Amino acid sequence: MSLPPFQRLVDAHWRDVARLAHALAGSVDGDDVAQQAWAQALAAYPRLRDGQNLRGWLLTVTARCATDVYRARTRRPVPVPDVGEAAAGARAAPSAPAADALADLPDARLWDAVRALPERQRTAVALRYLADLDHAELARHLGTTPAATRRLVSDALTTLRARIGHPTSEEAS
Amino acid sequence: MTRPDTTAGTDPLEAALAGFAPTMRPPALDGLPGALRYVVEDTAVGRLLLTARTDGPLLTCLYVPDDEAVDGALDRVARQVSPSVLRGGGVLDDVRRQLAEYLAGRRQRFDVRVDLALATPFQREVLGRLPDAVPYGRTASYGQLARELGRPAASRAVGGALNHNPLCVVVPCHRVVAADGALTGYAGGLDAKRLLLDLERADPERAGDAAPAVR
Repeated sequence: MSLPPFQRLVDAHWRDVARLAHALAGSVDGDDVAQQAWAQALAAYPRLRDGQNLRGWLLTVTARCATDVYRARTRRPVPVPDVGEAAAGARAAPSAPAADALADLPDARLWDAVRALPERQRTAVALRYLADLDHAELARHLGTTPAATRRLVSDALTTLRARIGHPTSEEAS
Repeated sequence: MTRPDTTAGTDPLEAALAGFAPTMRPPALDGLPGALRYVVEDTAVGRLLLTARTDGPLLTCLYVPDDEAVDGALDRVARQVSPSVLRGGGVLDDVRRQLAEYLAGRRQRFDVRVDLALATPFQREVLGRLPDAVPYGRTASYGQLARELGRPAASRAVGGALNHNPLCVVVPCHRVVAADGALTGYAGGLDAKRLLLDLERADPERAGDAAPAVR
């Protein structure tokens, strides 16, 4: 087994890493998280046993860095943008069909809602939709089964739909 | 609920998630420690791949005419030295400057630390002694060099070692020619070899007064 020169990973995957970092850590911390992920990946790289699926490995490292930053942030007594604001925004146009509401939804609000999900749901959603990992890979990265990751993603989507996708019947009335 | 594993689906929420497009910057890797560094330098003799260890020693100065050659050479560095290879970084600035000075005729010796990690022990012995054995402005035949190195019967092996020089120009394998003085093969092409030898002959009064130092 031989590993490719690290720079080749950077050139091929920096956009994926940055996108995941921004999604999970927000625009303020996104670049820092990506930077940390590259530093950690570089340090670990020569000892890597398995040269298969290096992209998945990089994205897992990125998700872990984002989780660390997120935990550090949420321990501080500073309010983070919460789902309530996002939901309030969605309620402002209760008559808009769900698809239009989503199309108009700024990235920031959608991902604020994602970041408000429980940690494993948040990571599962990001790795599934940004990194395009299949459930077998997701399960490996989250240390669980594909059935469980399907449930995580499905629960996450249900929550997101309820909160921002369209107003619930209760909110609409 | 199940959905295909490999597509994100056309659900608007899923599409919105997959379509996330933030403003992003490439990572700044200049300051990261522990990696080999490389640059591809366009020079008068051709494109050269310069690779150095973090703390300075030069590992490659290889002719890389196209991107495929760059990839091939970097693969070799990754396999034989370390896969932690990054582009750029100030550690190569000094050798780039010296190379430019040499190619402009303003420098006769390279004052750079070299690391022949990409060479075999025999190649190391030959290449390590080459700068002193055949100084600036001179040439030698393979046989002369073999005798000079105390291996008079090994001119073919000496030629092989020169062919595998990972530090072209800096370790001057271009100064070794056929017994009749003809230019023989060169990694950078015969035009490059001729250019280098002409360059070194251009200043005969200073030629040979200073051997490049290779430590």
